Amino acid sequence: MFKIIKRKELAPTEFDILVDAPRIAKKAQPGQFVILRIDEAGERIPLTIVDTDAEKGWVRLIFQVIGKSTAQLATVMEGDALIDLVGPLGKPTEIKNYGTVLLVGGGVGIAALFPIVKGLKEAGNRVLTILGAKTSELLILRDECADYSDELILMTDDGSLGEKGLVTKAMEDVFQREDIAFTWAIGPSIMMKFATMTADKYNVPIYVSLNPIMIDGTGMCGGCRVTISNTIKFACVDGPEFLGEEVDWDEFINRMQQYRGEETQSNERYEEQVKQNG
Amino acid sequence: MAKVKRSYTQTPMREQEAAVRCHNFDEVAFGYNMEEGQLEASRCLQCKNAPCIENCPVMIDIPGFIKAIEDGDMPKAHEVLSKYTNLPAICGRVCPQEKQCEMVCRLGRSKKFEPVAIGKLERLVADWALEQPIEYKEVTGNKGRVAVIGSGPSGLTTAGDLAKLGYEVIIYEALHAPGGVLTYGIPEFRLPKRIVNKEIERIVAQGVTIETNVVIGKTITMEEIMEEFDACYLSVGAGAPNFMGIPGTSLNGVYSSSEYLTRINLMHGYEFPKYDTPVQRSKNVVVIGGGNVAMDAARSAKRLGADNVSVIYRRSLEELPARIEEYHHSVEEGIEYHWLTNPIEYISDDKGTLTAVKCVKMELGEPDESGRRRPVVIPDSEFIIEADTAIEAIGQGANKVLLDTFPELGTNKWGYVEADPETAATTIPGVFAGGDIVTGAATVILAMGAGKIAAREIDQYIQKVRQEMPV
Repeated sequence: MFKIIKRKELAPTEFDILVDAPRIAKKAQPGQFVILRIDEAGERIPLTIVDTDAEKGWVRLIFQVIGKSTAQLATVMEGDALIDLVGPLGKPTEIKNYGTVLLVGGGVGIAALFPIVKGLKEAGNRVLTILGAKTSELLILRDECADYSDELILMTDDGSLGEKGLVTKAMEDVFQREDIAFTWAIGPSIMMKFATMTADKYNVPIYVSLNPIMIDGTGMCGGCRVTISNTIKFACVDGPEFLGEEVDWDEFINRMQQYRGEETQSNERYEEQVKQNG
Repeated sequence: MAKVKRSYTQTPMREQEAAVRCHNFDEVAFGYNMEEGQLEASRCLQCKNAPCIENCPVMIDIPGFIKAIEDGDMPKAHEVLSKYTNLPAICGRVCPQEKQCEMVCRLGRSKKFEPVAIGKLERLVADWALEQPIEYKEVTGNKGRVAVIGSGPSGLTTAGDLAKLGYEVIIYEALHAPGGVLTYGIPEFRLPKRIVNKEIERIVAQGVTIETNVVIGKTITMEEIMEEFDACYLSVGAGAPNFMGIPGTSLNGVYSSSEYLTRINLMHGYEFPKYDTPVQRSKNVVVIGGGNVAMDAARSAKRLGADNVSVIYRRSLEELPARIEEYHHSVEEGIEYHWLTNPIEYISDDKGTLTAVKCVKMELGEPDESGRRRPVVIPDSEFIIEADTAIEAIGQGANKVLLDTFPELGTNKWGYVEADPETAATTIPGVFAGGDIVTGAATVILAMGAGKIAAREIDQYIQKVRQEMPV
């Protein structure tokens, strides 16, 4: 059992939890993820490790309520425990000194971007960070990212904070004025696809962190397979980071829709149960 | 009492009617009752140099336990079995006995008779034993500490044997439930998880600790394992699915058998939405392959409510690697077969969802290295099978997660661990390996056989190292 030692509401649908998991805390590196299961009937869901404390033995996870499991996870309180947590999974980000790097995070993807921002800053890079979200309240981890960024640019769809517009617009501005050695983009798949197109335009290499459907997360089922340079790769063991230009984006985005019907069914059933139980 | 005349045929095992069972995941075969078991046991000739023992990978004293059943002495029968196997309820169900012990049964060699139903009798004793109270053993652990990586049949066997010898054994399992393929691969209707769990409980009672959610190479490194334990046994299996890589492999509706079966068995996908993990409910399913995994996937698809399930296999029935019993079960349940057929492309609608599988017909040419006639494509033989789900069950390879982080360990050209089949020793002293990670995907009982060898060798290794240690 993996105890929740702290829980915070970041936004109406976004939550920040510290989970007691000393072994994972000791090993996790930026770019890696865990898979958790809430209870005996639960599914296995992947979440990126946002931060760790090896001494205190916790891992920090941030999630957005998007369906049944995340809605249920939002009801798990401090002192409660998750039945399963496994990790760290996936390959770590290649952290080294590249020179000047650009990091782009969208929505809850900012949570997955933060450990890379921190890692790259600590490795001596000049770090420029663009964060984007629908509204200001969804622009999470602003202060933490600011701490590890030489420049922080905020973008919102509605203009409620920072500049109004999409992250790709801010990327263009940066590429025009800066010599960027490497870029990372993490967020919704459509945002990562367009971030890749933008970086390609300026010939800047870009890493993206793919978040396909996963089951075991250890390379034994291929549910998370993605096509990278016309070759099948498993995001859980070969990734989750890949070069954006090598990703077959249309296929990737299409595979995310596989269980749309079932996800809706499960969510509606859960909401009904919550209503009945008060 | 005068002996009744020996029956020519095996005592039949009662089972669910095909028309009923193809709508549920309950076990197909009910198992013998005591009376049926004794009747079947009485068919055994009690050979002096019993060939059945020689042909069992763990060399169970088969006439010995069968005699005890005939005498109605179940504790004795169980005692005999336990000397050789840690997982009898599982082996009695899933071993290919027709290719092992039962194949060489002297009774079965005579023209008129069917061999003794050794597997069904093993299952009878094991199921009886699972209903008896468990005796927990105190662990002293003063003989040494052994880490077992992977909780499939091979790891469980090694762990059980070493615990019996007085070792402290910790099994590390990456998934949230132990059992390996017994838990995520073989479906409920062939191997109920209740039975698997009970059998694992018995091994834990011997003093074995199982830690789930630990990925060796990630959560704990091999360096740490080698520092903290006197020896370790790698039994991580061959769990990485192969894809044929034909066009359309990533369409929605195309699965590896590993994913399909994991969703169903481990995650209870057949009980969605009571359990959270969904699995596609299909109309027309095509399963590619001819092994037990293909049978399991096809029969599972039928149970999930598919109207049409067909298996396409590039060779013919004669070469089918699956157990013949499972093939017959599948045919009774309405699974159709396209022999000498191979898929060449997955076809989709404009939304990227599978609608059909394009196939070609094959004919058998010259024998290949394995001695089986090689299938060759017949020109202009393309045809289409309508399908909303396709499941590739074409075999698995070595999982690289552990091996990638442990490059010192010798592997062969297929990526499997190099280990001496006689001693389970790898290229690194103190590190032993067995089961599918050494042989490639094989059977439960072969993995158990390797586990037994490993336990014996690990014991000898640790004792030797301890004697050589300066006092």
